[in-house]
This record gives sequence, C-alpha cells and structure tokens, in this order.
Amino acid sequence: MSFLYQIAPNLEPLGAELVKCIGQTLQMLFVSGIISFILGLLLGVVLIVTKKDGIMRQVAVYNFFDKAIDVIRSIPFIILMILLIPVSRAIMGTGTGVPGAYIALIAGTVPFFARQIESVLSDVDYGLVEASAAMGFSPIEIIFSVYLKESIPGITRVTMITMVSLIGITAMAGAIGAGGLGDFAIRYGHQMGYRDMIWVTVIIILVIISIIQGIGNLIIRRTTH
Amino acid sequence: MIQLKHVSKTFQSGASSVHAVQDVSLDIKEGEIFGIIGFSGAGKSTLVRCINLLEKPTQGTVTVDGVELTGLDEKKLRQMRLKIGMIFQHFNLLRSRTVYQNIAFPLKKSNLSQEQKNQKILSLLELVGLSDKKDAYPSQLSGGQKQRVAIARALANDPKVLLCDEATSALDPQTTKSILALLKKVNEELGITIVIITHEMAVVKDICDRVAIMELGHVVEEGTTEDVFVHPQKPVTKDFISTAGNVDKIYELIAEKNPLTILQPGEKMVMLTYSANNAGEPLISYLSEAFDVKANIIYGNIDILKGKTIGKLVVTLSGEKANMEKAIAYIRERQVDMEVIQE
Ligand SMILES: Nc1ncnc2c1ncn2[C@@H]1O[C@H](COP(=O)(O)OP(=O)(O)OP(=O)(O)O)[C@@H](O)[C@H]1O
Ligand SMILES: [Mg+2]
Repeated sequence: MSFLYQIAPNLEPLGAELVKCIGQTLQMLFVSGIISFILGLLLGVVLIVTKKDGIMRQVAVYNFFDKAIDVIRSIPFIILMILLIPVSRAIMGTGTGVPGAYIALIAGTVPFFARQIESVLSDVDYGLVEASAAMGFSPIEIIFSVYLKESIPGITRVTMITMVSLIGITAMAGAIGAGGLGDFAIRYGHQMGYRDMIWVTVIIILVIISIIQGIGNLIIRRTTH
Repeated sequence: MIQLKHVSKTFQSGASSVHAVQDVSLDIKEGEIFGIIGFSGAGKSTLVRCINLLEKPTQGTVTVDGVELTGLDEKKLRQMRLKIGMIFQHFNLLRSRTVYQNIAFPLKKSNLSQEQKNQKILSLLELVGLSDKKDAYPSQLSGGQKQRVAIARALANDPKVLLCDEATSALDPQTTKSILALLKKVNEELGITIVIITHEMAVVKDICDRVAIMELGHVVEEGTTEDVFVHPQKPVTKDFISTAGNVDKIYELIAEKNPLTILQPGEKMVMLTYSANNAGEPLISYLSEAFDVKANIIYGNIDILKGKTIGKLVVTLSGEKANMEKAIAYIRERQVDMEVIQE
C-alpha cells in the first residue's frame, strides 16, 4: 500500500472515491451488458432469419430493423444520451445517476452488437441450415441448434469487442452524472490536474478489459474445432 | 416408393423466371438405386430437393411411401422428413460437434431412450467404418470420412429413402468407389431406396439399377442402366456414355486425321455397342461370311456395368453397297446398338 501511495500520492485521499467509481463502472457494464447481449442477440437472429434468403423470410420486418439500426448507430453517443433522457425518466423514473444511464448505454450498444451478430450468423454455412431442415428440424430448432450453437466462437469474439466499446461509452455516461471511471478521470485527473489519477484509471480499465478478453479467449479456444 | 407427377419448379427472380424443372414424372420403386444424371444446370438438384420439399414444386405432386408430401402442413412434413435421409456434395457436418454428436443430432427428433440412441450411434459408426473416429471433429477428417459421417447421420432415424445430391463429386475416384460401395451396402443390407444425383456416368454405371437423364429441366430418357447404356436414344445420353468409357478418343483420332480413321469411298465407320448376350466377336466374322462385308476393328473397349460386360467396338465396314445395307440391317436385328460415326 505505501509503495502505491508513493507512486500515486493522490490515491490516499481519493481511494474511497475511486473504489466507488469502479463500482459504478462495473455496475453499468454488468447491467447494460447483460441486457444488451440478450436484446442484441435476439435482434441479430431476427435479422438473419427474416432477410431475403432467411428461414423465416419477412422482408418488411427485416427492412424495419435494418433501417432502425442504421439510424440509431449514426447518432453520436453523447447526443443519443441527452436525447434519451426523457425516455429514461419514463422507463427508469430518473434521467441521471447510474440507473439513468442504462437506457442510453443499451440503446448505444444493441444496434452495434446486433449488426455484428448478424454478420457472425451469416457466416454459418447455409448448407447446414438446409441439412437440418431436411432432417425435420423446425426453424426455431435450427436457430438454437445450428445458428447459435455453431457460432459460439464468433459470438464470443464480437461480445468481447462490444464490451470494450461499452466500457468506452460508460466513461461518457459521467456527463449525465452516472459517475464511473470516466467521470473520476475528468474530475480529478483533468480538472484538478492530478496526473497520477489519470494513469490509475487507465490501468484499472486495462485490467478490466484484459479480464474480459481472457475469459473470451478461453471460451473461443474451448469451442473452436 | 417415390412418385413424382408432373412436377415443375420455376424460380422467379425479378422479371425473369428460370424453369429449373419442367413437367417431370418419375416412379422410383422400393429398394432400387435410382440415378439422375445431367449436365450442370440441368435441374437435378432442384428435382431432388423437390422430393423432400426443400424446394416446393410450383406444380405437380410428390408422394413418398404412400404419403402425398405436397398436401401436408409444415409439421406433418417435418415428421415425414425423418423418413427421408439426405446427403450433400459438401457434407454439411456441424463443425462444433464431434462425429458422435453429429450422428446424435438428428436423433433429437427421435423418441428412443438415451441408451437406445447410444447403441444406434455406435452401430451406425460401425456400419460406415468409423468407430475409431467417434470423438474426432469434422475438421480432423478426410472428405471420404466426412461423407461417411454424413451417411451415418442421414440413416439415424431409419429412413426409407436416401437422397444423395452429388455425394461423390468432391471426392477422388478411389474414395468415390468406396462411398459408392457403402451406399450399395446400405441399399442391400437395410433395404433403403436410394436416389443418386450425379454428373458422372461412372457413378451410374457402378451402382444404379435405373437412371433418368435430365436436360434443361426435362427428363429426356429413362430406363434400366443397361438399356440406357446399350441403346442410348438421345444425344445427351450418348455424350454421357462416351465420357464413361474412353471410346470418345476415336473422335480425337478423327480430328487429328489419324491414318487409321481415313475412309475409302463407300466405307462406313460405325460404333457397335453390345452386351454380353449379343457379343460382338462372332458378329464380325459373320458379317464377312454372310455378306462379304469386311469389318476392320479400329478401337475397342469393354466396360463393366453393375457386373455385366458392355463392349464397344469402332469398326470400318467395307463392301458392296447392297451388301453393306443388308449387313447393317442384320446388325440392327441382332440388337446391337450401332452408331455411324463417319461415312
Ligand atoms: N434458388 C434459386 N433461384 C433461382 N434460380 C435457381 C435457384 N436454384 C437453382 N436455380 C436455377 O435452376 C437451374 C437448375 O439448377 P440446379 O441446381 O437444379 O442444377 P443442377 O442440375 O443441380 O446443376 P449442378 O450440376 O451444377 O449442381 C439453374 O439454371 C439454376 O440457375
Ligand atoms: Mg446440383
């Protein structure tokens, strides 16, 4: 501990605050990550099965989601966040703090993730889908046993990429008072000029990303044959 | 076992439409190996996919094992598909699953107990000769081994019919032979009706009982393999047959103006195709004895067709015009197929 305080002298007075901010970042990552994963996966599957050569072809549905994703993705996150404050108030009951950031974080992540899922699932050989249909499997069974099961390595890979991008946008959520490491770095590192605190935040974020990538790589290695 | 009645399939792409299959009627009998041969784009894959309704025919009816598939709803159709196995050119194995799990995959649809399923998978592995590869992943197998897994997988739910779409086209000749031998064994030991799509006459020659030839969406010729081989009617059929043996070399020789192929006035060059029961040798000596027509053998070839021999001889006939005509009439009478190559 004393060694740490030597190289980062401001850690002593700010330690408790830092821990609180790490907690906020992890909370945002965890809650919006899980919800975005589920929604994004669902949306990616909807895109792949409803498109022109899909197994449940519904061109109108495909076009709607396809366009919606493009529109949301083209809005810069910081603007999307402000745009969604009223929506968050309506759904979450608040537009600020960690709970007030969830809606924006999810809206900023789902379209990005869904597109990547769509691309991963479209790499599944259509021959497998046909072979399964010939074996008497229904479209729903094919989604789970073929599309999703065969794509676990790819899904893991894009989940990692998305998590890293989600960490990036949680740092911006500080702007609506959600706290977190980004907010910490701005308040103490930038406004108060404590350079050591910037380095501490960078290292913590690197550690979080390494853990995510470590887990991801392990899953990919176990599931690629 | 399989009845196709006036089946047509038209693909609509924008303003243009492709008539991939046009008014095809076939009756494939229980326990036979039926070949469908044709050049690329003839509509073979589309036709075979109409049998399990992976493609819905735009017209006509498909009946398998007495059930009209074209009249079923999706759920009943899926039930029927358990009775129709299918294998493909590119094997279509699930990469994330082992050989064992690939064969187990279609058994999700079965109501056997876990132990019965296990027994079933092990016996299928034995049938296709891959017991030692049970825990391998598809990426660790050769093409021939992958196709064996695919065959085992297609047999898991005890189908009555096995559809094979270019099942050997991605394999070398030797592996092709071994896969065909396996299909033959499946047909004989399990009594499964097999439909084989191919563009290789060698495949038909080896194992098919009957064959249909497709061209531009139509079945242009159909019959027992032997009949079609010995008495081909349509030009496309003759093309296929010449690709199976090496008699088409004669056309190269003619093109090269090889001295052997230069005819004197009044001579005819003909190709005789005969099966074991109307063998060619005595015929040739008889032509000279009875009609004073000399038959000079230029080229010969013997094919083995499902165990029967099919001979092909290219000969030049020379003699008096009237005698030649009588000789030719006699050849025809003997049921020896004759094609005039040059005159
Ligand atoms: N889904 C489709 N949409 C539009 N046209 C198609 C489709 N499937 C096949 N066709 C067309 O139908 C015709 C017959 O195709 P098919 O695949 O049945 O031929 P094939 O005899 O199996 O050829 P190959 O030996 O190359 O596999 C072709 O002209 C092809 O372009
Ligand atoms: Mg084909």
